[in-house]
Amino acid sequence: MGLLSKKDTKLILDPLADNNPITIQVLGICSALAITAELKASIVMAISVLFVLGVGNVVISLMRNIIPSKIRIIVQLVVVAALVIIVDQVLKAFAYELSKTLSVFVGLIITNCIIMGRFEAFALGNGPWRSFLDGVGNAAGYGVILIIVGFFRELLGSGTLLGFKVLGDPIEKTGIYAIGYENNGFMLLSPMALIVVGIIIWVQRSKNKALIEDH
Amino acid sequence: MEHIELFFKSIFIDNMVFATFLGMCSYLAVSKKVSTAVGLGAAVIFVLAITVPLNWLLDQYLLQPGALVWLGEDYASYDLSFLSFIMFIATIATMVQLVEIVVEKFSPSLYNSLGIFLPLIAVNCAILGGSLFMQSREIPTLGLATVYGIGSGIGWFLAILAIAAIREKIRYSNVPPALRGLGITFITTGLMAIGFMSFGGMLTGGDDAGKKEDKTVVVEEQKEESVEVASVTTKSEEEKELSNTIKVNE
Repeated sequence: MGLLSKKDTKLILDPLADNNPITIQVLGICSALAITAELKASIVMAISVLFVLGVGNVVISLMRNIIPSKIRIIVQLVVVAALVIIVDQVLKAFAYELSKTLSVFVGLIITNCIIMGRFEAFALGNGPWRSFLDGVGNAAGYGVILIIVGFFRELLGSGTLLGFKVLGDPIEKTGIYAIGYENNGFMLLSPMALIVVGIIIWVQRSKNKALIEDH
Repeated sequence: MEHIELFFKSIFIDNMVFATFLGMCSYLAVSKKVSTAVGLGAAVIFVLAITVPLNWLLDQYLLQPGALVWLGEDYASYDLSFLSFIMFIATIATMVQLVEIVVEKFSPSLYNSLGIFLPLIAVNCAILGGSLFMQSREIPTLGLATVYGIGSGIGWFLAILAIAAIREKIRYSNVPPALRGLGITFITTGLMAIGFMSFGGMLTGGDDAGKKEDKTVVVEEQKEESVEVASVTTKSEEEKELSNTIKVNE
């Protein structure tokens, strides 16, 4: 890691596990839950947030000395909204079906707490390069959880991954369906997203006792 | 009739928290105490009731394809819908500032308890989500848009009130250490969402006369289900919540 100092590496790696935006900081839950019924949608969402947060953090960090603190929230919202419009238009142009699936949740990246949270907590007080790393790190931490949830929900719910039938064909009874396995359609319904994230939190905190909170 | 239908639909069936996961961040962060939850919930109802109709007007007369036709025939082919995100969020941010000023002026005590939440509301997904769903579901009239705003606000209020009450109780129960705090809140919300799914058939069965009966039956079912899934300590709390809100709605 010649390019990154030890501190910079920490900026990227910390949010992936011990300071994960979703499971520890409790930011950006809304979109994380709503679109994770399919792995593909989760991946696209993760990439969109990575773009918005990476670029947004740099922009805010460059402007941090000229933004009056009273109107900073509006300035931040305008920056995010502009970036999200770019993402939305690109999705509509190149992946129309997918942008229908994500529907309003692309727009809701604007109010994704991760973005405002990182702007407030990091980009307003640090230089552009470090802000960029922080943005990438946090978006990656967010993406990891999204992809884990999407993976399990799609695999158990419809028996596919990215649309490929990895478990065999449920109608022709091939693969493991031959021995009587059934898809758990319940995994595709919204409440299961919450419960899957709850279980991820459980596993993570059982492994790392330092993260356990009091009531 | 369709107003009432949309009202109940947006409270129970399309509940913002349980069906679409909007506003989860503040829902999780501010639900430790019932009193603060009530404050934030009230603020959300208020802001939604103002911003959804406003954004409906914006959408109808500025953003939709062909919306600018009132300016003259030349403008009929304009499509500004790509600007909706930035217009909606600008409206919301402005309205929140206004609400903050008004509340500070007329009710300092409310301002003190809501103070830190009001700026948060500008970036609450529930508010922007309300406007975006209003747009994507193509709600036809201003009246319906207002009803939709109020209804979804009440739905959110109901959700945060319920989880805050449950969390106050859960503090005294013996939860596995790793699940304490956030983990158990997630799982409880999941179970509540399952309960709320039973409202799904509320508006599909029968004619107008049958509708009312249907509703009470569904409420009964929901109670029983939540008793099954939630621990015994939360039972009475949730029932109280539900019956209170039902009274309010009636």
